[in-house]
Amino acid sequence: MSRYLVDKFLFTVDRDPELVERYREDPAGTVAWWERDLAGSLLNCHSGEATTWLRFEDAEREALAAHDYVRLFELGAHPFLTLTLFIAMFERDHDEPLGFQKEYARRLAHFGLPYPDIAT
Amino acid sequence: MATLAAVIASTHHPFYYRASTAVGEDRPPFADEWVAKITAFRETLTRAAPDVLVMVGSDHFHQLWLDNMPQFLVGKAPFYDANFYNEEREFGLPRMLLKGQEDLSAHLLREGLDAGFDLAFSNELRIDHSITCPIITLRPEADLPIVPVYTNIFAPPLPRPGRFVELGRAIRRMVESWPADLRVAVIGTGHLSLELGGPRQFGAHGPDPEFDRRAVEWISTGDIEGCLSEVTLDSLWTPGNATHGFMDFMLMMGVAGEGAKADYVDTLDLFHTMEAYFTWYPGARA
Repeated sequence: MSRYLVDKFLFTVDRDPELVERYREDPAGTVAWWERDLAGSLLNCHSGEATTWLRFEDAEREALAAHDYVRLFELGAHPFLTLTLFIAMFERDHDEPLGFQKEYARRLAHFGLPYPDIAT
Repeated sequence: MATLAAVIASTHHPFYYRASTAVGEDRPPFADEWVAKITAFRETLTRAAPDVLVMVGSDHFHQLWLDNMPQFLVGKAPFYDANFYNEEREFGLPRMLLKGQEDLSAHLLREGLDAGFDLAFSNELRIDHSITCPIITLRPEADLPIVPVYTNIFAPPLPRPGRFVELGRAIRRMVESWPADLRVAVIGTGHLSLELGGPRQFGAHGPDPEFDRRAVEWISTGDIEGCLSEVTLDSLWTPGNATHGFMDFMLMMGVAGEGAKADYVDTLDLFHTMEAYFTWYPGARA
């Protein structure tokens, strides 16, 4: 399980306006590129260093590549990170205020307590 | 010594700025009532005539990240830039620049470390809406120097609720032992029941109105003991998956003191969360 890496993907994409658009338009390509080139970037550290062992699990990679936020919730991705990034990508497609946020809740309605563990 | 002029605990709703500044068709129907309540709440800080603000909040994965996550962090810098691109994007929050009060930051760090809190520090901290929302609501001039105190209510493993209360008590002692002839207000923001990124998000009310009712009762009566007897890290998942932000309210109860009844209490039942506003005047009871 690499819940941390899923969170790192959501975190690093959300903070970069160009990456938000790239992930919206080409999710599978962005995830593959990010895992290859950026997954190991050690944030706030010497630029010449990289982490060597971080990889997605297949289920995580597939969920990210499919924009499948329901599956990401199930896998324990941090819900705040997922919500924030997905609002940035898809709120614009809904006319009603909070339309996307409400649809998001509806699609998660089958989850009861306790929710999937988010600890990293 | 410094005077603790006011203790203020509030929710921090990032939609307030946009709702309160919107006009015409864009202005939501609840905006006028919300602005009226905030204006009255603001007066409780103004009346205390503070010189310095200690601002307790929590970074929302902006600058603080899982590769190096502090539990409690005190900013020590002459200035703090504020708000991030994704807060501008989602909430329309403005970029801000706040002054720091480095002497008080240094005092809190030294005294806190000596009191058993292994406080992290930051000399270059960009603060987010957990601190700028109460600046916007309570001191929109943004003219007073601040000391930011960040808590981890977000990334497990978290400190337990009792630790937040203890830190609040310590902050009070440290503020009152600060050798400066200045008036300090301690302002902290958190949440009542709240769900973000889960099935109960953005409902007609907060996800657990009964929890909210009891939380307002605990806070307004200063019932730290009762609150601690029922609130645990595990129990906080039940009212909503972001309800651990309630621990910042518990920290503020620690600042206000056991049994300290709030001098000002107000709430506003909004879609998706209950807003709650509390002010204590410690000197008035002395």
